[in-house]
Amino acid sequence: MHQGVSSRRSRPVTALTARCGSLLALVGLAACQPAVLDPQGIVGAAQKTILIDSLAIMLAIVVPTIVATLACAWWYRASNGRARYLPDWAYSGQLELIVWAIPLLTIMLLGGVAWVGSHDLDPARPLPSKDPPLDVQVVSLDWKWLFIYPGQHVASVNHLVIPAGIPIRFALTSASVMNAFFVPQLGSMIYTMNGMATQLNLQADAPGTFAGLSSHYSGDGFSDMHFDVEAVTADRFAAWVSATRNTGATLTPQSYAELTKQSTNVAPFTYRDVDPDMFQKIVSQVLPPGPGPINEISPGAARRAEK
Amino acid sequence: MLGKLTWAAIPFDQPIPLFAAGLVGFIIFCVLVYVTLKGWVPYLWREWITSVDHKRIGVMYVLLAGVMLLRGFTDAIMMRSQQALAFQSPGYLPPEHYDQIFSAHGTLMIFFVAMPFVIGLMNVVVPLQLGVRDVAFPTLNSVSFWLTATGALLINVSLVVGEFARTGWLAYPPLSELTYSPGVGVDYYLWSLQISGVGTLLTGVNFVTTILKIHAPGMTYMRMPMFCWTALASCLLIVAAFPILTATFAMLLLDRYLGFHFFTNEAGGNMMMFINLIWIWGHPEVYILVLPAFGVFSEVVSTFSGKPLFGYRSMVMATLAICILAFMVWLHHFFTMGAGADVNAVFGVATMIIAVPTGVKVFSWLFTMYGGRIVFATPMLWSIGFMVTFVLGGMTGVLLAVPPADFVVHNSLFLVAHFHNVIIGGVLFGAFAGYTYWFPKAFGFRLHEGLGKAAFWCWFIGFYLAFMPLYALGLMGMTRRMQHYDVPAWHPWLLVAALGAAVILAGIACQVAQLVVSVRRREEFRDVTGDPWNGRSLEWSTASPPPAFNFAVLPRIEQRDAYWAMKQRAWQQAEPGEPHYEDIELPRNSATGFICAFFATFMGFALIWHIWWLVAASFFGAFVTFVVFAWRDRTEDLIPADEVARIDRADRRARGAALAHMQSVP
Repeated sequence: MHQGVSSRRSRPVTALTARCGSLLALVGLAACQPAVLDPQGIVGAAQKTILIDSLAIMLAIVVPTIVATLACAWWYRASNGRARYLPDWAYSGQLELIVWAIPLLTIMLLGGVAWVGSHDLDPARPLPSKDPPLDVQVVSLDWKWLFIYPGQHVASVNHLVIPAGIPIRFALTSASVMNAFFVPQLGSMIYTMNGMATQLNLQADAPGTFAGLSSHYSGDGFSDMHFDVEAVTADRFAAWVSATRNTGATLTPQSYAELTKQSTNVAPFTYRDVDPDMFQKIVSQVLPPGPGPINEISPGAARRAEK
Repeated sequence: MLGKLTWAAIPFDQPIPLFAAGLVGFIIFCVLVYVTLKGWVPYLWREWITSVDHKRIGVMYVLLAGVMLLRGFTDAIMMRSQQALAFQSPGYLPPEHYDQIFSAHGTLMIFFVAMPFVIGLMNVVVPLQLGVRDVAFPTLNSVSFWLTATGALLINVSLVVGEFARTGWLAYPPLSELTYSPGVGVDYYLWSLQISGVGTLLTGVNFVTTILKIHAPGMTYMRMPMFCWTALASCLLIVAAFPILTATFAMLLLDRYLGFHFFTNEAGGNMMMFINLIWIWGHPEVYILVLPAFGVFSEVVSTFSGKPLFGYRSMVMATLAICILAFMVWLHHFFTMGAGADVNAVFGVATMIIAVPTGVKVFSWLFTMYGGRIVFATPMLWSIGFMVTFVLGGMTGVLLAVPPADFVVHNSLFLVAHFHNVIIGGVLFGAFAGYTYWFPKAFGFRLHEGLGKAAFWCWFIGFYLAFMPLYALGLMGMTRRMQHYDVPAWHPWLLVAALGAAVILAGIACQVAQLVVSVRRREEFRDVTGDPWNGRSLEWSTASPPPAFNFAVLPRIEQRDAYWAMKQRAWQQAEPGEPHYEDIELPRNSATGFICAFFATFMGFALIWHIWWLVAASFFGAFVTFVVFAWRDRTEDLIPADEVARIDRADRRARGAALAHMQSVP
């Protein structure tokens, strides 16, 4: 896929693409943190290119249409004596041919972009790299994220540390309701669902810290389901793993059950040891899904009960 | 005795909903007292509540939509202000309240604003355009309306008794399952939509039958006005899609009430099934709403350009193509679920194909204006505003149909901006264009032009202010439904969006003022000719408002734009002699719809609160109502020929005078 991406980038771009690209990039730069238009990985970069190319193709039709609509409406205003009135003109075979052909041709072009893009950027497709990918297993809980590193036997909550320049192979599931795992600057989001695992491959090109979030509404604590992604050099990643292995609790079925209870705005912490089959047990529901709210009738009633 | 219902259901500790509900309750109370004191109750009962006249039912639909628009827009203002305030702060709405607001906003705006608005317009206009006296099943039509009103009522009851869903407007499981939403909110959502969904399905059946089977002599399919075609396509979609919604919700209800496992996490339930099913309804739903709006624009652009619609056959073809393609693209609502590349690509390309007939429509309107004599009356302003806005919304829609692009903007405010762009810029602008255009037909006087134009400009500018920032925010990674956030870059854009909502509020204020001013000055705006816009289709050939029987003598149609052709002939030759009047039979008024809805309201409420005896009692009541209706022995009232003649002569005099006046002033 890397070739596909770079060839797309080196393709000569039209003036229009460049102009609207720079305009949108300005918006993106102003945004800094989680911006989709300021990608920091090959997946995100390819998606940005597709986004802007598609937009440019369509603007080439849309802008003239809008201009023609306004111009036509203005010129043929009733008070304009110079405009020719054609009270019975309602059919022209040639025009109708053009009317069907313009959107059809645009869509054929864009359909090609969509078809190729869907295959090149399929979230489940491994990224090309000399290095073997790092496996990270992601579990969305009410309302926090658990990241399990099966190869390193460690786990982390609400904080994802990854080596830069190496593909990350994510397997994702949910401990309760649906969520979506999304790091805007790295690219593709994907749903997390209980009882099944989805696949996602991403890579950070250089060290940095990127905002990650849940991009699928999952209940009252949803707005706080964000996390930092820290991309570090391979050495620092190894150092982080060994430091993590020396501190913190162990992720056992008991501590996992505790973790599945609803909680909001959880500060990041780590587990020094994890059962390598933990993720599989969650997916296959050997470890049961999260309990949801306890004894809740309505939020008001629950609060009154506390008093 | 009262199931789950206790005093704890009423949120005494939450001032905002309590105050809002109190205010609404107070207003309703005042209106009821005023109506009673004025002695209007018998009139309302006889002429409106039990009416089976399609025009009256249509007006009530639009009124319902208008009132619910105010409610839904209040939610919108609260969301915009919450997000404007909630930068590094909790704002003023806690999550459990904010989550109800965005869920209610979506549910209300789609099911109880957009749907009743377009169905109301169809009710008022379609039989008139076909040149007939009523719809196929008039009493059923009344049942449809009152069941829709029941759904709206139940949702509003949730404001003060219990809570509304905190799941988003489509209630995805497993969040909407009992484990994660144990309260009554989801039940309010489900039962409201089940009841009103039955009403919508019946409307679909009714109008498909009407348009296919009931025509004035000579009204062949290819002579039907464009609005009838789009109404037909929309109702075909209703008939095909709404049963899916009902079945999907029924499965979720079985999960919640009887411990089934269709969509649960446990026991083999599968939430992906729900999401597929709900969008197999949900995507056609978008076209159910927007196709009638396309029909309105076709009528309006043609009338105010003084020309027939360009490429009528292409337009019909495009409408039916959209109708069929609408069912083939549902998966684009969840490209991010992890289906394979082939599946995503097929659905992405299929989605783009819908842009072809839609593009054809836009170009056809453009060429309808070409060579016209365009009058910029309020309906025409809405139409031009629509063409500009909708093209942008369509473009971002196609962008979202490119799967790899969707992977980074799905569920973001970019998506929110896109669907508001097409629903406000398409459906709502269309509804407002139709409302202004057909108001004189329904009531016999025009709406105030100045205030109408002011409303248009406020909505138009307000829309861009409110939603263009959301496109930018989506590209900045802001996802939807956030109750608070701490990214500094988002904050200024959300402030602009809130300002946009305030400008739209000014637009709504103009519309309310327009209605009040127009009613007060109705004699000044009186439409004596029945044809205030120099119209082209048959609804303008009868009086404004039309008599109960619509047409004294059914018109004979010889070509498209039937009334325009009649006018052309009338200019050339002398007015033909008075027609031969006959007795007209009209369906009798019936309280069936209202009484059914009365029982349905109690049944819905009882089901929500598990009050089983009341469920049984109200079900029995509704059933008895049906039996009584089935046993009726008089179905129709007779209007004698003399009465028909008297009403029609008055109309012909006024019309003749107006025609003479038009000829003297070329």
